[in-house]
Amino acid sequence: MSEKNWPLWEVFIRTRNGLSHRHVGSVHAVDATMALQAARDVYTRRGEGLSLWVVPSNAITASDPDDKDMLFEPTASKIYRHPTFYEIPDDVGHM
Amino acid sequence: MTETPLFTYTLRLADTALILGHRLSEWVGHAPVLEEDLAFGNMGLDLIGQARALYTYAGEVEDRGRDEDQLAYLRDAGEYKNLLLVEQPNGDFAVTMMRQLLYAAYAAPFHGALARSRDATLAAIAAKAEKEMAYHLRHSAEWIIRLGDGTAESHRRAQDALDELTPYAGEMFEVDGIERALIEAGIAVDPATIRPAFERTLDEVLAEATLTRPAGGFSQTGGRSGRHSEHLGYILADLQFLQRAYPGATW
Repeated sequence: MSEKNWPLWEVFIRTRNGLSHRHVGSVHAVDATMALQAARDVYTRRGEGLSLWVVPSNAITASDPDDKDMLFEPTASKIYRHPTFYEIPDDVGHM
Repeated sequence: MTETPLFTYTLRLADTALILGHRLSEWVGHAPVLEEDLAFGNMGLDLIGQARALYTYAGEVEDRGRDEDQLAYLRDAGEYKNLLLVEQPNGDFAVTMMRQLLYAAYAAPFHGALARSRDATLAAIAAKAEKEMAYHLRHSAEWIIRLGDGTAESHRRAQDALDELTPYAGEMFEVDGIERALIEAGIAVDPATIRPAFERTLDEVLAEATLTRPAGGFSQTGGRSGRHSEHLGYILADLQFLQRAYPGATW
C-alpha cells in the first residue's frame, strides 16, 4: 500500500433546517466524493446530520496566531457591541 | 423437523445479513485508515440490525419460543442458510469491497422489491434495509472504481477479487421450491425481476473501474440449504463462543 498521505478535508454538518453548517472535524480522503462518504461514516453515526459539506483543508486561509492581539484585542473594550442591553421577549424564542 | 417456507425464507435472509455483518466487523481495528474502519463498522452494524429484526420475526413465525439470540448463537453450521458469498474470507481490502459490491448490487434492489411484499413485517424490515444497502452499494462501487482504475497493484488486486468471487454471485438468483411458493403468494421476491438491475449496476461500475467480468459459467451453490464452505465453521466458533462456553450469559 502507498504510504503517501491522502489529502485532508474539513467537514461541516448542518444538523437542522434553518441552522448553519458547523465545522466538526476533518477526514483524509483521495477526492471529494470519498471525502463526503468518509465524513458521513465518521461524523454522522448518531443522527447528527441533514447536510454535509467537505472542503479541502488547503483551500482555507487562516489568520496568523501571531496576529491575534492586533486582530482581536481591540474589540475586547467595546462591550456596547454585545446585544446585552435589552431583553428578548420570551415569545421570540430561539435567536 | 419440518419448517414452514416463511420461516426458512426469513432465516436465509437473517443468516446472510448476520454472517456478512460479522465478516465486516472483523475489520474493526484493522482497516487501513480510520475512515474505512468506521465505514466497515457502520456497514456491519446495518447488517446485524437487519439480522436481529429478521431473526426475531423468524422466531415468531416458527412459534417454538426461539428468540433472535437462540437462532443466532445456538445453531450449527449445517443449520445456517446464508449465501456462500458472504462467508468468504475478507482477504485484502479489494476482496472485501468486491464482496460488498456484489452483495449490495443485489441486496439494494432486492430489499426495494421485498418492501412491497404482502408480508407486512418483511416489507417493513426491507424498507429500512433498502436505504442501508443503497449506501453500501454507493460506498463499495466508488471504492472499486478507484481500485480498478487506480495503480497497477490496486487494479490487479481488484481484478483478482472479482475473479475469485464471481462464482458465488449466481447463488443469489437461485429459486427453490420453498421460495417458488412464497413468490407466487406475493411474499418473497422473485430474484429474476431484480437481476437486470444487478447486471446493469455491475456492468457500469466495472466498466468505469476498467475491470473485466469473467465469463459466466460455473456457479457455487448450497449455502441456502446448509451446505457451506469450511469458512463458516470458523466464523461460528468465533461468533458463538461465549454462548457455547457460558450458556445463557447476559450483559
